[in-house]
Amino acid sequence: MRYLPKSDSERRAMLEACGVAEADELFAHLPEAVRLRRPLALDPGISEYEIVQYFRDRAAENANGYASFLGAGVYRHYRPVLVDTVVARGEFLTSYTPYQAEISQGTLTAIFEFQTMLCQLTGMDVANASMYDGSTAVPEAAMMAVRATGKGRVLIARSVHPEYREVLHTYARHQGMPVTEFGFVPEAGTIDLEDLDRKLDGLTAAVIIQSPNFFGIVDQVKAAAELAHSKGALLIVVFTEAVSLGIVEPPVDADIVAGELQSFAISPSYGGPYAGILAVKEKLIRQMPGRLVGQSTDTHGNRAFCLTLATREQHIRREKATSNICTNQALIALMATVFMTVYGKEGLRELAVQNLSKAHYLAGKLAPRFCGKFFNELVARVDDPDAANKALLKKKIIGGLPLGRFYPELSDSMLLCATEMTTRAEMDALAEVLA
Amino acid sequence: MIDKVREHLSQNEPLLFERSSPGKRAYQLPALEVPAVDPAEALGAENVRPEIEGFPEVSEVEAIRHFTRLSTWNYAIDHGMYPLGSCTMKYNPRINELVARTEALAWAHPYQPEALAQGCMEVMARLEAALAEITGMDAVTLQPAAGAHGELTGILLIRALLQQRGNPRRKILIPDSAHGTNPATAAIAGYAVENIKSSESGVLDVAALEQLVTEDVAALMVTNPNTLGVFEENIIHAAEILHAKGAMLYMDGANMNALVGIARPGDFGVDVMHLNLHKTFSTPHGGGGPGAGPVAVKAALEPFLPAPRLKRSGKRWTYDYKRKHSIGRVKAFYGNFGVLVRALAYILAHGGPGLRNATVDAVLNAVYIRKKLEPYYDLPYPAPNMHEVVFSDERQARHGVRTGDLAKRLIDYGFHPYTVSFPLIVHGALMIEPTETEGKMEIDQFIDAMISIAHEAETDPHIIKTAPHGTRTSRVDEVAAARRPVLRWKPA
Repeated sequence: MRYLPKSDSERRAMLEACGVAEADELFAHLPEAVRLRRPLALDPGISEYEIVQYFRDRAAENANGYASFLGAGVYRHYRPVLVDTVVARGEFLTSYTPYQAEISQGTLTAIFEFQTMLCQLTGMDVANASMYDGSTAVPEAAMMAVRATGKGRVLIARSVHPEYREVLHTYARHQGMPVTEFGFVPEAGTIDLEDLDRKLDGLTAAVIIQSPNFFGIVDQVKAAAELAHSKGALLIVVFTEAVSLGIVEPPVDADIVAGELQSFAISPSYGGPYAGILAVKEKLIRQMPGRLVGQSTDTHGNRAFCLTLATREQHIRREKATSNICTNQALIALMATVFMTVYGKEGLRELAVQNLSKAHYLAGKLAPRFCGKFFNELVARVDDPDAANKALLKKKIIGGLPLGRFYPELSDSMLLCATEMTTRAEMDALAEVLA
Repeated sequence: MIDKVREHLSQNEPLLFERSSPGKRAYQLPALEVPAVDPAEALGAENVRPEIEGFPEVSEVEAIRHFTRLSTWNYAIDHGMYPLGSCTMKYNPRINELVARTEALAWAHPYQPEALAQGCMEVMARLEAALAEITGMDAVTLQPAAGAHGELTGILLIRALLQQRGNPRRKILIPDSAHGTNPATAAIAGYAVENIKSSESGVLDVAALEQLVTEDVAALMVTNPNTLGVFEENIIHAAEILHAKGAMLYMDGANMNALVGIARPGDFGVDVMHLNLHKTFSTPHGGGGPGAGPVAVKAALEPFLPAPRLKRSGKRWTYDYKRKHSIGRVKAFYGNFGVLVRALAYILAHGGPGLRNATVDAVLNAVYIRKKLEPYYDLPYPAPNMHEVVFSDERQARHGVRTGDLAKRLIDYGFHPYTVSFPLIVHGALMIEPTETEGKMEIDQFIDAMISIAHEAETDPHIIKTAPHGTRTSRVDEVAAARRPVLRWKPA
C-alpha cells in the first residue's frame, strides 16, 4: 500500500528482530474476547484516480453553477491564490502544535502575527491563537465571563446567530449557567435595549450581542456596553462577518470579542473547518481559554516566540483549566493570516466598501424589513420565501435564507447576502423574481 | 554520528508589520460594477472606523517570501519522523487535500437546499457508516470539531441518558494516566473528577475500580490502549463493573491507531467514544488544527446525539431536526466537513484490509523501537506495548540529563522530539509513537540517534543539556515569556 513504506523483506527483518514469527503475534497479549476475527466490512482500497472520481461524483450531486445569496454566518468571498500556496507547504500543513519552539518558529511567528492583526482589527488588547469556530467561541467567552465576574447568569440577544445560541444553550445547561434571551426592535432590527435593561440584574455575568448582527445590522455596541457595565456584567460582542471589520467601527467597548473568521479566505466547505477567535481586554488574559503565543528570546538573545501562559490549559491544569480545548484551528488561522496580509490596510477597507455597495444596490431593489444600518446582509420581506426560492432555483439562483425556521415572526422574510463576488446581473435576476 | 542531517542556511525575516510600507499592495479588486456607497452615509459616521492602525501593507512578492521563509523554520512530517506519543503524527496523503478542494464540495454552503447538497450528505453518511464499522458502535455523530470537543459531547450524552433514567450522578472516574482533556472535559460537563491510580503494571486497577464505582459514578473515561501504549486487558471486566452499577464506559479514542481492524471498542463494552480524525485517519495537524472529533455510541445513547441527524428518505438524504431527546448542538452546522472529506479519502485509499495492515505496521514499529532501545533506556512498565512505547529518563538522570534535554538533543539528529514528561505516572517520561508511515531506514536512524544520545549522556552531558545546537533558534526562554507576556507586536 502506497502509504506504508516497508517492503516485505524489511517487514520480515523487523518482525524477526522483535522475536516474532508473524505479525499477528504482536497482538497475542490481547484477550481473545476483544479480537475482531473477521475483516472489516469495508471495500478494498482504491487508487488515487478512483478517489478523485468518487469525490467528483459526489460534487456533481451538489449545486453546480448556481448563483447564491446565502450568508447567515457563512460568506462567499474570493480566496486569493497565495492562501492555498502557503498552507499547502508541508512545513505548515504537516507540523504539530508548536510546543518545541526551536523547530516551530514558522508557525509561532505566524500565530503571533495573527494575534496582532486580530487585536488591530477588533480593538482588543489580546487575541488567542484560535478556537474551533465562532459558534463554540461564544460559550467559551460566556464561561470566561462567569469566571471573571464570579456571577452565573448570561443574557444573549435573539439577533445573535441562532445556531450559536443553540450551542451556548448546550454548554450552559449543565454548568449552572442560566441563559436568558432578549429581543430586537421590530422596526430597526437592532437589540431591544429596554428588554435588555429589564432582564439585566446584578447576577448577570455577561451580555452577548452580535454586530453586524444575524440580520446584517450594525448593532448598538456602546449602548449595550454601558448597560452591561452599569450592572457589573461584561459585554461580549460576536461577529460572523469578519470583512465588516474593514469599515465598521470595531467593538472597542466590549470586554470580550468572539468571532468567526470564515470570511477571510476560508472556503464555505459545507460548514467547516472554520476558525473562531477570542479577543479580550488586558485584564482578562489569565481567564482566556486556548493557546497563546508570546515573544521571548533564545539563549543567543535573538527574538523568538513560544506558546505561553500554559498554566491556563488542560494539559497542565487538568480539571481546573480554563477550557478543555486542545486542538484548535491553526492552519485555518494561517489562511486568515495570509488573507489579511494580501489585502492589508487599504485592501480590507476597499473590500468592505465593495461589499457594502453591493448589498445596498441589492437592498434598493427589494423591500428591506428593518431600517437599521446594514453591512452586506439584509432581511427582505417576501410573501412566501419558500415559493420564491423555488422559483429562483429554476433560474439557477439559490435565494436567501427563509427566516421562519429561526424566527416565527419573520416567516414572511428572508436573509440575503451580497459580497464582492455577487454580480450586478445576479442581483438584477434575483430582484426580477422577488419583486 | 549524525547522519540524517547537516547544516544549511535559512533566511531571516522580520514581522509583517516591520516589513510594511504605506501604499504597498498584494491585491487588486475588480472594478465595482454598482454605484459606490459612502460608508458614512450607509452606516452612519459614528459606525465607520478610522484606518486599521498598524495593519500590514506589503507586496505580493514580499508576502509569498515572508510565509515561505517562515515555513522553513518549522519541522514537519514531510521532513521526517515525528515520534510524538499520543499525537499519531502519520503521513498526510496529498490526495486528501486535493479532493477536499473539489469545487462543489469546498464551496457548498451549509444552508443550501438539501436537494443541492446530496453529495456532501452522502460523504458524511458514508463516513458515519465506516466509523461505526471500525469502532463496532451503533451510531456516529460527526459534529464535534476536535477530540476534546468530542469528549464533551460524549459526556453530555452520558449525562442525558442518566438524567432520563432519573439521576445524572455526580462523578466521573479518570485514571491518573489520562490525557488532561479528560478531567477538563468532565469539569465542563458539570462532573466532579475522581482519579484512579493505575496498578503496578500500569493498567486500570480493577479492584480499585470495583471499590470506587457507586451509584454516584456516571462513567469511567479510559484511553485504550492507555497512554503507556498498553492494552487495558481487563476492559471487559471493567465494563461489567460499571454497567452493574448503571454507570457507563467512555473511551478516549486518541490511541485508536493501535486497534483499527484488530479490536473494536463496541465489542469490549465501550458505550461512548470519540475518534480523532487528525490522528488515526491522517488528516493534517496543520500546526495545531483543524481536527475533527466524531463520537460513536451504542444504540441506547443514539436518541441523545446532537441534532440534526442524517436520515434516508427514499432516494435522498435529509436532516432530522425533530429530536426531542437531543443534547442540542455542540457546533454550528454539521461538523468540520473538509476534515471529514479527507478522512473518508484515507479510508477509501486503505480499504478494510489496508486499514488493518496499517495498524500492524504501527504496532510493529513501536515494538521494534522498544526492543532496540530497551538496553539503553529504562522501561518502567514492562507490559507488552502496542502502537507506542514509554521509557523513563532514570538512567540518564543520573548524569543530570532529563527527558526534556534528551528531546532537545534529538532535534540535532534531525528528528522531532518524542512527547516529553507524559504520561504523568512515569517520572521523566519519553513517550514514543512512530506510526505506520515510517520505513525501516528512518526508524533505524531514529534508534541510532537515541542510542548515540544515551552514550552522550554518559560522556558529554553538557552537549545534551544545552541542545539543540544546529537550529536557527536555540532554547527559548519560556519563563520570561510567561512572566512578562508580550502577546502582540507594537510599534517601537
